[in-house]
Amino acid sequence: MTEWIAALLLLAGSLLMLLAALGALRMPDLLMRMHATTKAGALGSGLIMLAVAVYFANAEVWARVLAIIAFIMLTAPVAAHMIGRAGYFVGVPLWGRILRDDLKDRYDPEHHTLDSPEEFAEKRQFEDRRHH
Amino acid sequence: MISVAVWLAFAILSLSLLLGIVRLLLGPTLPDRVVALELMASLTVGFIGVHAIASERFAFLDVAMVLALTAFLAAVGFARFLERRGMHSDD
Repeated sequence: MTEWIAALLLLAGSLLMLLAALGALRMPDLLMRMHATTKAGALGSGLIMLAVAVYFANAEVWARVLAIIAFIMLTAPVAAHMIGRAGYFVGVPLWGRILRDDLKDRYDPEHHTLDSPEEFAEKRQFEDRRHH
Repeated sequence: MISVAVWLAFAILSLSLLLGIVRLLLGPTLPDRVVALELMASLTVGFIGVHAIASERFAFLDVAMVLALTAFLAAVGFARFLERRGMHSDD
């Protein structure tokens, strides 16, 4: 019985990994690729680790597996956030058919600062008045 | 049953690793390559898990833990490097 559960978890995990790799290959821009790899990749490796724990059914293994899963769940979002942020700041081109980019014109690449929405609205009003 | 699942998991993970390598080579920018490398790191963690089942030795889990740690540190390092350096045409 536990072998069946382990086999199912193993297959589900590796299929999710395949999904992540397909997304990384086929998605059109950096942020969408990260959207595929971060979530599906973390869940896939977590499921495979769970399969290992179910297969060995042993306290020592369970402790290690839970530690690995907790570590993956903690670090995957942080790493993805840092890479996505760096990618946006560096000016990676976004997909051509994106409808809105809320950070556009608010980020100043020279001083590495980001205007808050209020500051941005003020600046815009000021520019509008100058134009009239 | 479990041996079939292990075989299939190895095959699927190898295919995913190949797709990751294609993205790594295609680029087009450095952050894309970093994302591909991170995907390959988590694929390798999965590989080690499957190998632990295949070889019946759970000591491999320590390797998976260390690999996950180094992959995270590499991602953070790459992100900081990118933010400091900015984008150049050598990507």
